[in-house]
Amino acid sequence: MNVGPEARELSTVNAIELCGVSRWYGNVVAVNDITMTVGAGITGLLGPNGAGKTTLLNLMAGFLAPSRGELTVGGQPSWRNPQIFTLLGLVPERDSVYAFLTGADFVRSTARLHRLPDPDAAARRAIEIVDMAAAQDRRIATYSKGMRQRIKVAAALVHDPQVLLLDEPFNGMDPRQRLEMMDLLEQMAGQGRTILFSSHILEEVERMSGTIQVIVGGRLAASGDFRAIRRLMTTRPHVFLVRTSADRALGAALIGRPAVTGVELTPRGLQVRTSDFGAFCRELAGLCKNGDIRLREVLPSDESLESVFSYLVTT
Amino acid sequence: MAGLLNPVVLRITLRATLGRKRALVFLLVPVVLLLITITLRLVAVSPVWPAEFLGAFGFSVVLPLTALIIGTSVLGAEIDDGSIVHLLATPVRRTSVVLSKFAAAVMLTIAFGAIPEYLAAGIARGFGGKLALGLLAGALVASVAYNALFVMLSTLTTKAIAVGLLYLVLWEGLLGNLVGGVRLLSIGQYSVSIANSIAKTSALNAHLTSATAVIMALAVTVATLTAAAWRLSAFSLKGDAV
Repeated sequence: MNVGPEARELSTVNAIELCGVSRWYGNVVAVNDITMTVGAGITGLLGPNGAGKTTLLNLMAGFLAPSRGELTVGGQPSWRNPQIFTLLGLVPERDSVYAFLTGADFVRSTARLHRLPDPDAAARRAIEIVDMAAAQDRRIATYSKGMRQRIKVAAALVHDPQVLLLDEPFNGMDPRQRLEMMDLLEQMAGQGRTILFSSHILEEVERMSGTIQVIVGGRLAASGDFRAIRRLMTTRPHVFLVRTSADRALGAALIGRPAVTGVELTPRGLQVRTSDFGAFCRELAGLCKNGDIRLREVLPSDESLESVFSYLVTT
Repeated sequence: MAGLLNPVVLRITLRATLGRKRALVFLLVPVVLLLITITLRLVAVSPVWPAEFLGAFGFSVVLPLTALIIGTSVLGAEIDDGSIVHLLATPVRRTSVVLSKFAAAVMLTIAFGAIPEYLAAGIARGFGGKLALGLLAGALVASVAYNALFVMLSTLTTKAIAVGLLYLVLWEGLLGNLVGGVRLLSIGQYSVSIANSIAKTSALNAHLTSATAVIMALAVTVATLTAAAWRLSAFSLKGDAV
């Protein structure tokens, strides 16, 4: 990558840096010796539930003291340092907001807490960015999950922070809202901001570019370019349960395909093992059509997150 | 102190506290106080009943309970439901957050505890009388000191209401009456003693000089608020791994 000295300087200033950071509660280690740097652009913090993603974000936002190691945001430690929020914005996972306020009130209040010179204009701009202008005068109590998420993002953006942390921002959103939120995050990353979001569902971030950090069991299990990880994801072995009007005939046809690595006839249907998720899905439709087989049901049967992540970690 | 108060925090806190269902309880206690006062005035049992009743019921039930419900919820409710994060994810100084929350609690306790106490004394003995003014002064001190303590409790434990109630019953109620030394560390005693320094009636169960009471009340307020600000600046969120 061709990064000029100027851009490099900017990205180091904005970066989140963790050096040997651990956090434990009594005997439970939630975050185990993590060293990572998050620079400008978009970064996904992925891992199954309980992996320590939220703990890590809380450490970054100064809502938790590291038990060991050093953590800085923009060169400053975040623990016991509320000033960090002049350059940091946080969208917490919990859905608790001041529900009695209107969306506009909530964002304006946040702008005032930041002592912005023109809080009304800043609030308007932030609400505009998340496309909530139409609902801004309704009480937050009446908002849907996706709207709450967006108004929380507006509040976290109101002071135009260089670093934005989002804990499970796609949780509870429908696919359209998810796409919009992702576009929004990509846009902000494109403006040179550092955007770090967490997610426990790999599929929901499939469209995302940028880098990812995979956390499993409190440890940094993988990190790197998202496309490489995505390739691993699509070529990982999948198991499907397929129910049709002619299981045996379809099974015979499927086994001849390179994307299929195994077929088993079970009383519940055909158990199909594939190494290429995309190719299998395309070919399945074609085979059924050619053989005049009626496809009743296609169920993924090993989609548990643990299996996906453990596959990523061992590869 | 004015610079340390944050008007946004103050406004949101007042709205949030008055908006909760608990706010109905705020009204209930003073209404009971006023109703009993009016009844007693009509049946007029003994000549010292106003000081006896308002001293005992007002200073060991109305004020501490009102302060307990309000003081533990101004900050505690937001810590419980997690909405405090939105406030703390800004550069506002934690001292300023605590003082603004405390100020909101004092204002509400004055409205729902101290003023009703004054009104009751006024109904009993006249609004410009020594008793009314003395009880008002004592009630103001109670509103300040109790809330400082309860705001601090809400930064220490999520069971601030239970701990506060235990403190009121055991420390203020039981030990305060049985053990002389406890009086020096009893907010109830500070407020009754200050009330008595103006009202001057033996019917108030006061045991401290007004100077001691003022100094101790101030010391307790400053110490507990400092502790609360310290605790809040180390406010931690638990992650999903625990």
